[in-house]
Amino acid sequence: MSPAVALRAVPDIPAPEPIASKGPALLRFITCGSVDDGKSTLIGRMLYEAQLVHDDLLDALARDSRKFGTQGDKLDLALLVDGLSAEREQGITIDVAYRYFATPRRSFIVADTPGHDQYTRNMATGASTADLAVILVDARKGVLPQTRRHSFIVSMLGVRHIVVAVNKMDLVGYQQAVFDGIVAQYREMAARLGFDAVTPIPISALEGENVARRSTAMPWYAGPSLFEHLETVEISASAAPGVRFRFPVQWVNRPNLDFRGFSGTVAGGVIRPGDEIAALPSGRPSRVRRIVTQGGDLDEAVAGQAVTLTLDDEIDVSRGDVIVAVGDGLTARKAFAGRLLWMSERSLGNGEEFQLRLASATAAARVSVLGAVDIHSFEPAAADGLGMNEIGLVTVALDRPVALTDYRGDRELGAFILVDRVTGDTVALGLVDAGAASLVRGADAVARRAGGTGPAAAVRRHLAEGLVAGWRAGLIEEASWRLLSGLGMAALTQAVLGDWRLTIAAGLLEALLRPALRFAHRKGWRALEQRRLARAAYDADGSGI
Amino acid sequence: MIQLTHLEKLEAEAIHIIRETVATCDNPVMLYSIGKDSAVLLHLALKAFYPGPLPFPVLHVDTTWKFREMIAFRDQRAKELGLDLIVHVNQEGVRAGVNPFVSGSRVHTDVMKTQALRQALDMHKFDAAFGGARRDEEKSRAKERVFSLRTAEHRWDPKSQRPEPWRLYNTRKRPGESFRVFPLSNWTEADVWDYVARENIPVVPLYFAAPRPVVVRDGALIMRDDDRMALRPGEVVETRMVRFRTLGCYPLTGAVESTAATLPEIIAEMRGSRSSERQGRIIDHDGAGSMEQKKQEGYF
Repeated sequence: MSPAVALRAVPDIPAPEPIASKGPALLRFITCGSVDDGKSTLIGRMLYEAQLVHDDLLDALARDSRKFGTQGDKLDLALLVDGLSAEREQGITIDVAYRYFATPRRSFIVADTPGHDQYTRNMATGASTADLAVILVDARKGVLPQTRRHSFIVSMLGVRHIVVAVNKMDLVGYQQAVFDGIVAQYREMAARLGFDAVTPIPISALEGENVARRSTAMPWYAGPSLFEHLETVEISASAAPGVRFRFPVQWVNRPNLDFRGFSGTVAGGVIRPGDEIAALPSGRPSRVRRIVTQGGDLDEAVAGQAVTLTLDDEIDVSRGDVIVAVGDGLTARKAFAGRLLWMSERSLGNGEEFQLRLASATAAARVSVLGAVDIHSFEPAAADGLGMNEIGLVTVALDRPVALTDYRGDRELGAFILVDRVTGDTVALGLVDAGAASLVRGADAVARRAGGTGPAAAVRRHLAEGLVAGWRAGLIEEASWRLLSGLGMAALTQAVLGDWRLTIAAGLLEALLRPALRFAHRKGWRALEQRRLARAAYDADGSGI
Repeated sequence: MIQLTHLEKLEAEAIHIIRETVATCDNPVMLYSIGKDSAVLLHLALKAFYPGPLPFPVLHVDTTWKFREMIAFRDQRAKELGLDLIVHVNQEGVRAGVNPFVSGSRVHTDVMKTQALRQALDMHKFDAAFGGARRDEEKSRAKERVFSLRTAEHRWDPKSQRPEPWRLYNTRKRPGESFRVFPLSNWTEADVWDYVARENIPVVPLYFAAPRPVVVRDGALIMRDDDRMALRPGEVVETRMVRFRTLGCYPLTGAVESTAATLPEIIAEMRGSRSSERQGRIIDHDGAGSMEQKKQEGYF
């Protein structure tokens, strides 16, 4: 009997309900862990148990198992997911693969992400849209550096629900002591990562223990199987989109002179016709007239909906702008602090320029590296460059103002990628994080380089650089204006008062004293802003570091 | 507050991707294969730009071996919707006499589909081409990006794909490079049919069961759509109640026996099925990794 036939002899469970087309019954999760932890085998097992592996694919699998399989005569379920030739040859997962399956209670999108060091970026990509992460740990090996790295990245990207799947329990005789030891080890490591829930489950993906059905081999374990947990876990509201209305404009729809609509996907909150809005960065106010869709105008639009808005006034709005509710408090900025995951094989030097993409906005961005996070201690340390898969604390100066805010409060306007301007490659993913810069504690090297006495000086310097760059461009125009307005003032004084001393005083006042006062005033405001940023850093919750 | 359903989320995501392409690429085109996925894709594109018209043409790469009903359906839809329809045939292939019977499915697909597509894209200088491929269709497609970069030679390099975190798509490309854009990446076969039903989208009648003339060849039920298909010794044309789960060139597309003649019946049948959607596609089985290889060569 061929293995495929043997497998098909599994008693027929009723086919799962169709992928739910109603209700929030969709869970997006990722699987991650070190190389050879059995992630692909686990996903293959889940697809198989969810009756998603069709007969013709089982036949192909039986064929492939003989050719590439690593499980002797058994079916190698990993081959269901490792679809690229290179992956089959090397027996590893290279790229993130998305899988779709449903059980009677929920439908799932799984990102199967590679364990290999080199492909951490693909793992981060999967984590960016996940509600939950299944972190696999090999029962024989325990918590490895890669487990720490993945847990950290998952935390940084805002995933709050973790399943620690201790796999290959069959290879350690299903011993409770092994499981308990690993769980304790993981909990200690993850204590600082700010997860809402860590659920450990002992499994054997190969044998199917505690995957779809509860295991009889581990009577000491009283918790749910992996499927049971995934079907019932409640994802907390912190992962939900923000409540404030934010709408990055993707495309201006102008089919004729009578219609001018702004198309995009609502990033957060609710909008209704008549609502007062402002367009950033200009800040110009208007009111929503219609919410246009092909199916008819809507009374309201919510986060996640792709719509077209028309406004009462002819204000200038283009792609990259963000329409917000009046009084949102969101501002467009030319410099910000954040975290980066560097994804390119070539390393990042200090002060390099890239194209930044954030929501629908595009800008030139100069990146200054303040520090890097040590993946073992999770501690930030001074650095002036980043290697592949390193996490950096950076400041970014932009060539134009972009509406953005902390990732923690808005996953859409706080997330960005950096694009190499020559090759076009995506070289980094990043999060806006006002507190990131002040995290470089005790980073003396950074402080010295900045010419200040502490990290705060470095932050000030880097943030100021963005402003200075803008000023420099306007310097000639500013000087010419000052000179002209000073001369004008002098001429007027002379004409009216006829006193040459007053004429000189008025001319100098206009040309020199006023800009100096304005500079001092602006500096005062910046200092206030810095103090607010620093406070925000101290108030930061445990997410990430 | 409204809770978006699973289908509404998929719809919004696809519209977002379609708009992103038009906003950032110079000369996009929509690949129209006349199948159900193309029908859904076209429907979504019309939604994305409402009340404006479709801001790009629609391209059908015709191998000259499509079912006649497909071509009739294509022309009718193009007329109804006022589409700017481009039909491209690889005339060199026609002159060389390439056909699925004599040349074999691999050569036929390469010349009349892959090369023909490249010719059409180059001729019109399209820099982005929408396709209706889904990640659940095939293993190498599961690793495909939404914005899939192709070199000036139309090659796909699966090992150096750009990461696509969040909804942030990197649409930067160098001169000559182009994108294949897949707005339906996260849809499953079930989602497509549910959406066709929900939105009342017209699809080719071949998806519904009817008595059709078929020949059993190499284990597949091949519909003899015209007399270019010569019968082998012992083969007889029988009339059977069949339908198609996917549509391609008629000599390369196996029918399934079925009585499902309405949308609800199709959906019910698909959910109970124990075989995968592309099983009837003969070209997929030309060797392990064959889809990946075709994709690398520029196939969709």
